[in-house]
Amino acid sequence: MILKDHLLLRKILMAGTGILLALFLLGHMLGNTTIFGFYGGINAYAHHIQGLGPLLWLIRLVMLAVLLIHVFFAIVLTLENRKAKPNRYQVRAYQRTDFAGRTMIYTGLIILAFLLYHLLHFTLGLTNPDLYHLQDSAGRHDVFSMVVRSFQNIFIALAYTIGLVALFFHLSHGAYSLFQTMGWNSDRFMPATEGFGKGLAVLLLVGFLLIPVSALLGLLA
Amino acid sequence: MDLTLRIWRQNGAEAPGRLEEHAVTGVEPDMSFLEMLDVLNETLLKEGRDPVTFEHDCREGICGSCGLVINGIPHGPGERSSTCQLHMRHFKSGDTITIEPWRVHSFPILKDLMVDRSALDSIIQSHGYISVSTGSPPDAGTRLIGKPEADQAMDAAECIGCGACAAACPNGSAMLFVAAKVSHLASLPQGRIEAAERVRDMTRTMFSCGFGNCSNHYECEAACPKGISLKFIAKLNRESLKALFRG
Repeated sequence: MILKDHLLLRKILMAGTGILLALFLLGHMLGNTTIFGFYGGINAYAHHIQGLGPLLWLIRLVMLAVLLIHVFFAIVLTLENRKAKPNRYQVRAYQRTDFAGRTMIYTGLIILAFLLYHLLHFTLGLTNPDLYHLQDSAGRHDVFSMVVRSFQNIFIALAYTIGLVALFFHLSHGAYSLFQTMGWNSDRFMPATEGFGKGLAVLLLVGFLLIPVSALLGLLA
Repeated sequence: MDLTLRIWRQNGAEAPGRLEEHAVTGVEPDMSFLEMLDVLNETLLKEGRDPVTFEHDCREGICGSCGLVINGIPHGPGERSSTCQLHMRHFKSGDTITIEPWRVHSFPILKDLMVDRSALDSIIQSHGYISVSTGSPPDAGTRLIGKPEADQAMDAAECIGCGACAAACPNGSAMLFVAAKVSHLASLPQGRIEAAERVRDMTRTMFSCGFGNCSNHYECEAACPKGISLKFIAKLNRESLKALFRG
């Protein structure tokens, strides 16, 4: 198999799938902003997405495959790394690495758990079925009420905040680390990639968090 | 200056290890770290005790033999210096210094602070060379090489193979070492011919020796006594992608 001969490809696959996942998140965040009334509101946006039919399923299947590759290699590589470093130093002084870099597998697993909850909550409507079957005056699925009323529950808002904070740390390492793994880095380019990574992490944190915070503060009604 | 040393003592790879405390007195700030350990060992020998085993050779920072983790940093607090080039002026009287060996699965401890680094030799043997007939050196200027390419190759060739990158890496990865060797040869026309096979062979050997994967913690560059740049790891990844299409 090609991966046996080219072992660095596994890490490059992690970076490549990471790019696709980050792009998906960026699109997801931009789509979410319709809840503030842009482009006819989130109900119209959700109706449009549902109307994509086979294209929607194609995107879902591609994203599922991308996610599975990312998670599979994350676990395989982390186990390999643990084996390569079985004994800890009695005294350890890190010089460059940060909290986000050293906790990638943990933040990754938190994001995975959060993703499963998020799908059960909003996509499948299993955790709050009472909010899932609402319809707006145009007879469309009332995503707006489902989201706003969900986030008025402090525990649901808290669960989303935990997931988003984990995503922030995961991206603040991953989104600049990918330039190095893809081989796109150079001495001159490196500071810019670090800025880009941190910037993207902040943008997605703020962009996504805006919705539960607005709902809790009663700004969405 | 007077110091308290906490030194890792271990009798062989499988034996249990522990930190042993020793006091050294009369250390001069101009002494190198290894000279300070020589002072300790002389005292231990006079007392009829087992001296601390550590590796060293040139003591000029170019052979790559020495390597200790000093207060949690491979090669200690000096900037771009190997352990032998670290001077005691970096410490002050009364300090407690913890000294440990490289801790990487692929570098089994032979005794105390000495580890077996033949895994790095295995990586070089797997394709850290160019296959040409040897003989007298070719005339200078028969093959023109641009200054930027020559500089890049020389920057990568600075690697002395001490293993501090793997010792510093939280994943026990030798990526910076492999990156330096691959980039050194891939930057020159003589090395380009076998570039695809080389990157495949050397990375495969790196993993079969039990080194971990690079997850861009960048601890290696900070620990490297020669300041080998991280850009070479990016180049190694590029070379790996290129090799995929060239066989």
